Amino acid sequence: MRDVAVIGVGMTKWGELWERSLRQIFVETALVALDDAGVDRIDSLIVGSMSSGLFIGQEHLASLLADYLGQTPVPAARVESACASGGLALRMGFIEVASGMADIVLVGGVEKMTDVNGHEATYALGTAGDQEYECFHGITFPGLYALIARAHMEKYGTTREQLAMVAVKNHDNGSLNPLAQFPFKITVDSVLNSVLVADPLRILDCSPITDGAAALILCPVEMAKKLKKPIIKIAGSGQATDTIALSSRKDITWLESTYQAAKKAYTMAGKKPEDIDIVEVHDCFTIAEICVTEALGLVEKGMGGKAVEEGLTTLQGKIPVNASGGLKAKGHPVGATGVAQAVEIVEQLREEAGPRQVKAARVGLTQNMGGSGGSTVVHIFERG
Amino acid sequence: MEGIVGYGASIPRYRIKVEEIAKVWGGDASNYKKGLLIEEKSVPSPDQDTISMSVEASKNALKRARINPREIGAVYIGSESHPYAVKPSGTVLAEAIGATPDVHTADFEFACKAGTEGMFVALILVKAGEIKYGLAVGADTSQGAPGDALEYTAAAGAAAFIFGREEVIAEVLYTYSYTTDTPDFWRREYQYYPQHGGRFTGDPAYFKHIVGAAKGIMEKSGLKPSDFNYVIFHQPNGKFPFRVGEMLGFEKKQIEPGWLVNKLGNTYSGSSPLGLTATLDISKPGDLILIVSFGSGAGSDAFVFRVTERIGEVRNLAPKTRELLEKNRCYLDYGTYAKFRQKIKKAS
Repeated sequence: MRDVAVIGVGMTKWGELWERSLRQIFVETALVALDDAGVDRIDSLIVGSMSSGLFIGQEHLASLLADYLGQTPVPAARVESACASGGLALRMGFIEVASGMADIVLVGGVEKMTDVNGHEATYALGTAGDQEYECFHGITFPGLYALIARAHMEKYGTTREQLAMVAVKNHDNGSLNPLAQFPFKITVDSVLNSVLVADPLRILDCSPITDGAAALILCPVEMAKKLKKPIIKIAGSGQATDTIALSSRKDITWLESTYQAAKKAYTMAGKKPEDIDIVEVHDCFTIAEICVTEALGLVEKGMGGKAVEEGLTTLQGKIPVNASGGLKAKGHPVGATGVAQAVEIVEQLREEAGPRQVKAARVGLTQNMGGSGGSTVVHIFERG
Repeated sequence: MEGIVGYGASIPRYRIKVEEIAKVWGGDASNYKKGLLIEEKSVPSPDQDTISMSVEASKNALKRARINPREIGAVYIGSESHPYAVKPSGTVLAEAIGATPDVHTADFEFACKAGTEGMFVALILVKAGEIKYGLAVGADTSQGAPGDALEYTAAAGAAAFIFGREEVIAEVLYTYSYTTDTPDFWRREYQYYPQHGGRFTGDPAYFKHIVGAAKGIMEKSGLKPSDFNYVIFHQPNGKFPFRVGEMLGFEKKQIEPGWLVNKLGNTYSGSSPLGLTATLDISKPGDLILIVSFGSGAGSDAFVFRVTERIGEVRNLAPKTRELLEKNRCYLDYGTYAKFRQKIKKAS
């Protein structure tokens, strides 16, 4: 296996991009990454998109995007693993370069979610759940994560305020990210008094519906050494599955797929949780960030809420989580999220993250999760 | 100078409160009240429709205009709830007020802007010298699908204006229209309830078009927000008119006299026209009034009015709008409301 580096990153403003189509958003973002890498060709394109079929009625996405990027006839593939589609695209691109099948791979993620109304978007997102055992019975994702939150509160004493603090912290970080959908601060009070969605989760516990794209350029480390840029190596990649249905799990407060994916990534990278300087995690709901930090081994089991309360996960904390603003403040165009997490980590390791730069960050981790944890992709990055 | 010679309003006496609707659908009433700044809405009785409300509003306008209805050369009703898909509403109105047969009649439809559309055409025909008087009505018995956010606001009401050249009570100094193809809200043929684009109905629709029309007419007239005594914006909910007013530099006190939506709901084609009637009810000679409508699809019509001395003579000749809004209210439970609005299917 060859060592793989990220040599280009691309991100554009996320939000309700009503004036632009999916292909426009993707191409604009991919061009930013290509410019950043300074390459004049790609050998392959991998794009993560959860549900372009339900959101905009467009399948056969990879070829369409290769065409509009002016890159036909390169091979192009779309990969899907619900909200972890972006993370999976990165892993597929990594495997392609590591194996020697391709040298320069463009990894993209994109979702255009605001062309449909709220009900249709909720339905499309719901397809990440188990249709027969969950969705047919009426539950949607806010409901599933509310169950997790309630169980976590019962089992570990996690408080309603601690959940709110996750959103407040991520908005604090997001206020420093001009590309975020919601680049402003919120307060614990505003979270606690926002509209109830699924008890105990309120609207400000939930990540939004977003249009957006993100892109990365990967190549072998040997090739990257010729470029005058800090080399950001993909040191570890792990992927794992769990039951899609929450009801099939022994303990709904524990994200086994995240634990397993992280274990593989840590092993490949030769790292332990305490070696990680910065992480981007899948905070689709505030409770998710709490459970993920536990499953990644960054905090003890059951202590995720307390860690937030103690400020361990702020930009200045022991282990900064979601410096980008996370899904909560930056936005959550599902297929793009996993790729954007890697964009943030690369920028942090290059020390190009501006006002939200985490000091002395050399090793970063991304955790991207599908559904309520039925799939997880974890990557570890290291500055060479 | 051309302008309004008579105006009148019609508001059903039935009301339903936000709490009553929220109770049925499991909604958070306090959130709707806080978020939409709306407390209750008007509901038409089973025998009230766009035509009957148009007749009542027009009769009130005639009481103030004190003209011979046979001299009205054009009768227009703007509505998105014309009772017939094919067969005009305007002919019934023209007949009912005694304006037939030498009269031009047409029905307008442009979501919530149809009322000001009729006003514009009637005014321009008077200006062109083609007719002596022109009557334009904005009226709706608007429908929101059960359980949809629209159900909390979709209301009923009508406002009528007679335009003429002599004895005007409010001169029209300027007009301006701003239109684009923006599909934020629609109802297809044979559909009972409209569909909407959720948040898309905000910034790219309501705000863009009202700001565009308001800025356009201020540029055309050389007037600025502080020059106006009153301003009326389309009122789909309580919040939007204040927000767009703030964006344009208007103060709350300029908006409040014509802001009826908290107790009335969104009367669609009747919304900003009813706000104008309530504002004329309290205005003084010399007052400058700006009205900017909005219709999904999308567009805005703007008018600048200057009130004349004659306002004092006519305003008490017919019921004032706030009186109609506040007197004789009768509150419905959801079941009766559902029956009135034909939301319950019966055996044929």
